[in-house]
Amino acid sequence: MNALIDARDLSVNHPGADRPVISHIDMHIDPAEIVTVVGPNGSGKSTLVRALLGQVALSSGKVERLAGLRIGYVPQRVHIERAMPMTVRRFLSLPLRVNDAQAAQVLERTGVPGLESRQIISLSGGQFQRVLLARALLNAPQLLVLDEPTQGLDQPGIVAFYKLIEEVRAETGAAVLMVSHDLLVVMRASDRVVCLNGHVCCQGTPQAVSAAPAYRALFGAESRGTLALYRHHHDHDHDDVGHVHEHVHGPDCAHDHAHAHDHAKG
Amino acid sequence: MLDDFLIRALIAGLGLVLATGTLGSFVVWRRMAYFGDSTSHAAILGVALSFAFSLPFYAGTMAVAVAMALLVAWLTGRGQSADTVLGVIAHTALAAGLVAVSFVPSLRVNLESYLFGDILAVTKADLVWIWIGAAAVLGLMLWRWQRLVTASVNEELALASGINPETERLILSLALAIVVAIAIRIVGALLISALLVIPAAAARGLARTPEQMAGSATFIGAISVCGGLWGSLRFDTPAGPSIIVISAAIYALTLVFYGKE
Repeated sequence: MNALIDARDLSVNHPGADRPVISHIDMHIDPAEIVTVVGPNGSGKSTLVRALLGQVALSSGKVERLAGLRIGYVPQRVHIERAMPMTVRRFLSLPLRVNDAQAAQVLERTGVPGLESRQIISLSGGQFQRVLLARALLNAPQLLVLDEPTQGLDQPGIVAFYKLIEEVRAETGAAVLMVSHDLLVVMRASDRVVCLNGHVCCQGTPQAVSAAPAYRALFGAESRGTLALYRHHHDHDHDDVGHVHEHVHGPDCAHDHAHAHDHAKG
Repeated sequence: MLDDFLIRALIAGLGLVLATGTLGSFVVWRRMAYFGDSTSHAAILGVALSFAFSLPFYAGTMAVAVAMALLVAWLTGRGQSADTVLGVIAHTALAAGLVAVSFVPSLRVNLESYLFGDILAVTKADLVWIWIGAAAVLGLMLWRWQRLVTASVNEELALASGINPETERLILSLALAIVVAIAIRIVGALLISALLVIPAAAARGLARTPEQMAGSATFIGAISVCGGLWGSLRFDTPAGPSIIVISAAIYALTLVFYGKE
């Protein structure tokens, strides 16, 4: 099985910064898997995603994307200028025009049917995120990339959104790469979790990562919540935590960002 | 028919709004009003230089406007605060232009016609320049329409779709420089931004899509030109400022009737 994206030894420097934003990251995304990148603020999550998409210059390493890979992208914090009139229907036709049937179908799929004639700026946060996801689903993507897709949603909205992502994956077979800090919810929805803090601290199945010392050091009190979640929901197989790739820089993760647990309130 | 100065003025004004309605919408969407100011103020410098070195008027003005647009784009691209850069450049360009004008005796006399426009004095040659320039700008924007709109909605969405927002920004800067050069004879350097921004702002309340807004802005611009010229004849007011006053009145009306969103 060919990986959709295969990145080796990825590093990115921002001009003027004394440390690389991300350094020496190896990462791959296989077809139909849901991979979630978690990490504190400033850990390079968005930079990693943009490097994988080829939107930022690399200072080392290389990214191989499957030839002709179709990507559906939901960026972080999309802000539509109030000065720009824009219906949902028109928005779905940017930049490639789609017909009414296609537009109706993706809106139906993301649980917001019939919104076509509404103005984008009049939508609620949850509706807008679903419209963004609908737009990303046009043109049959093989990979969905979602950068903090649940910002501004309340807890039930977050849970419902991740459920939708899983449904979409099951239906279309698209792989999903997500950046998130909704630790509790995202852990359940992911096949693989990458814990990032400039470098990969640890990665593996959600169970494995939530038990990893580096992850717990990075997220402090909140990580106990996810571990408890797995103890609670998976107490039959809790001994089998799977295989975790723990990074040697574990302690560094801890002391750099020991204060960072409060960012992830979701 | 073209021998009538009023017909020429009308044709010149309508040609101009063909470009300003659509370009003005982008100026409003992308908050480029101040950017329009610096480009158009720089045009005064362009006018002075064209006169001083006996260059063709439109080519000289356009070249300086393009240079200014590129300078601003370059400075903001280097992480300078756009607001500060534009504040410095817009007024420096105007001041430098006025200083340069003082060295050109022939220009000192009719400086006002370049600051506030003199649409009633446009010649047949002006008409050719104005219509070629406006058609070029409109054509450029229609050709790149989907890309320009996507980049204006969200740069990251555009990037992910293989659109380079920098390229689209450069295209708008270029279009702006062309519009400034052809508009200076009509509404003058000080009021070009107003002709871009006000009809588009008025159209906002009437429109549900970007296309409707650009179309409405063009239509409102055309009404403003007709109304302004009529008012100018009727009340003996300066034509350029009269056009702007009419468009502002339309804007006020749209606020009253459509502003309650």
